[in-house]
Amino acid sequence: MIIEARQLRKYFTIAKGQVVHAVDDVSLGIEENEVVGLVGESGSGKTTFGKTLIGLHDKTAGEVFYRGQNLPSHYRAEDFKKQASEIQIIFQDPYSSLNPRMTIGEIVAEGVLIRDRCSFASVRDRVVYWLERVGLHSDHLSRYPHEFSGGQRQRVGIARALIVEPKLLVCDEPISALDVSVQAQVVKLLDELKSSMGLSMLFIAHDLSMVRYISDRMAVMYLGSLIELGPADNVYFSPKHPYTQLLVKSNPEPDPEYERQRSDALIQGEILSPINLKPGCRFAGRCPLVEARCREERPLLREVAPGHQVACHLVN
Amino acid sequence: MTSKDQYALEVNNLAVEFATYGGTVKAVRNVSFKLRKGTTLAIVGESGCGKSVTVQSIMGLIPMPPGKITSGSALLNGEEILGLRQDRLNEYRGKRIGMIFQDAMSALNPTMTIGDQIAETLIVHRGLDKKSAWAEVISLLALTQISEPDRRALQYPFELSGGMLQRVMIAMSLACQPDVLIADEPTTALDVTIQAQILNLLRSLQEKQGLSIILITHDLGVVARMAHDVAVMYAGQIVETGSVDDIFYRSAHPYTVGLKDAMPSNKTVDQELRVIEGSPPDLFAPPVGCGFYARCAHAMKVCENNTPILFGTNHVARCWLHHAKAPVHPLQQSLKVPYQSTSIK
Repeated sequence: MIIEARQLRKYFTIAKGQVVHAVDDVSLGIEENEVVGLVGESGSGKTTFGKTLIGLHDKTAGEVFYRGQNLPSHYRAEDFKKQASEIQIIFQDPYSSLNPRMTIGEIVAEGVLIRDRCSFASVRDRVVYWLERVGLHSDHLSRYPHEFSGGQRQRVGIARALIVEPKLLVCDEPISALDVSVQAQVVKLLDELKSSMGLSMLFIAHDLSMVRYISDRMAVMYLGSLIELGPADNVYFSPKHPYTQLLVKSNPEPDPEYERQRSDALIQGEILSPINLKPGCRFAGRCPLVEARCREERPLLREVAPGHQVACHLVN
Repeated sequence: MTSKDQYALEVNNLAVEFATYGGTVKAVRNVSFKLRKGTTLAIVGESGCGKSVTVQSIMGLIPMPPGKITSGSALLNGEEILGLRQDRLNEYRGKRIGMIFQDAMSALNPTMTIGDQIAETLIVHRGLDKKSAWAEVISLLALTQISEPDRRALQYPFELSGGMLQRVMIAMSLACQPDVLIADEPTTALDVTIQAQILNLLRSLQEKQGLSIILITHDLGVVARMAHDVAVMYAGQIVETGSVDDIFYRSAHPYTVGLKDAMPSNKTVDQELRVIEGSPPDLFAPPVGCGFYARCAHAMKVCENNTPILFGTNHVARCWLHHAKAPVHPLQQSLKVPYQSTSIK
């Protein structure tokens, strides 16, 4: 296991007596050279989980082990320096995550310069190598982020993360800002890097089809809870949790014949606010199968098939 | 049946340019399409292909200058609507064609309540008094299946979620009972579960009110769910049009095939994603030949310097592969299947 979260919890206090339960006791491990896809609606806590996992948020409770070593619950500057060459993140927004006053060369080189305390000249070739690897060009070195399209910026973000040759990469919605044909380019690139560098990845996204394509295992979050986890194809093709079932049913398929036969069974209502949550199953308010005990007792993840875990009272 | 009875909107040879410091951008180049009454036409393409500019020119929303409609016509139920004076423009804009946008939050006024914003349309366009306008607001909101319409009408945009705001936009665009609804990426910013709700809502409104819809999107899944007919745009031109089945099962243009292969499907477990190499051409100086020439795996010599003409009758592709003199190619079969219009449940 390269990284493992045990009962990881992240709460935000937004006002007196108002606590956002962004991540609530999530336990999730990623094996070496494995891609775990994390899906869920906006507000389900998937980005907060990714950021808390690698120390960008302080932990409220719980532990994170990186290759067996317990990571601090509050990172100091030295911790980031130590950790950053092995754990990297690609941020969701390619516009706000690049410093507009730095050139592409400076942005991509920065990690290596800090880690190795060397000069730009000595790493220039490596920067060019990584720019080309992600489909950019050495001419781009001295340009600024505003001169690039969203897709190109996202690739700058990927080059920046990968130049330090990390072991674990957290991809926070790396493709949602991109066009269809560019999405395929980025996903193929990540897939190829997984094989060539032995990368492990947490791939956070809301595009179920893309997550199923790239992931070995798929995890589903709802209102801060992990509700289903298993091999990606099993979770997609035979989802066990009522929420996952509705999520898969809502996913549009690029096939008109299939779409014409689709049932209209849709999930009703919207995701609740994660402030001061009530006890019981997080999905009880929207669940078509809800029973009395769902509102009282919060279901825990249980294994229902080999490697396939579900948090639902009604699944045997 | 005359074409006026058959089509809600007919666009012919539309061309739009923008004057910029870098030169003139030819954003839309001779685009033609027809929207059949009571159906949905999806315009598909990637950012910068001109799909939004096309519908914005029809709505008279292009700032001129720097924009300029250099040629073309757009017939709404047989009446020309391009190049109208401002006062005439307001007679059909919002009234006979409604529009909803991707970013509902920034399309609404943050300092007015939802109810007041919708009522404004009703008072201006339909001449209702304040009290009957408010009653109509509530029934419009109820039509969009928003929860607690009475309460929502008194709230401000920041108090509502993205899905609810999109319902508000739909209520507002339907206020004047338009014939045509233009939806520009209406669900791109929404979660799949909410997207499914909004798409279902649009479809049921179409059935109830006979709305004709132009749906702009880049998501082929949304197209498959919603569209009767599809137009695929690339580099400012429509490269293929046909029924939704033509486009998905009998694609005739290499770009359409490329788009399909770049999207994961869940029909086959071990699908290999195929990437369209390269990037779209610069529209400051659009290529002399086919816009897709540089990225096309099947490009021939003729494609470099000659813009392809349209081949086919109802299922149409802008590709030289369909020319009688082109070498035999599997895509050629696609245009030989007789056209059948598609109906969606």
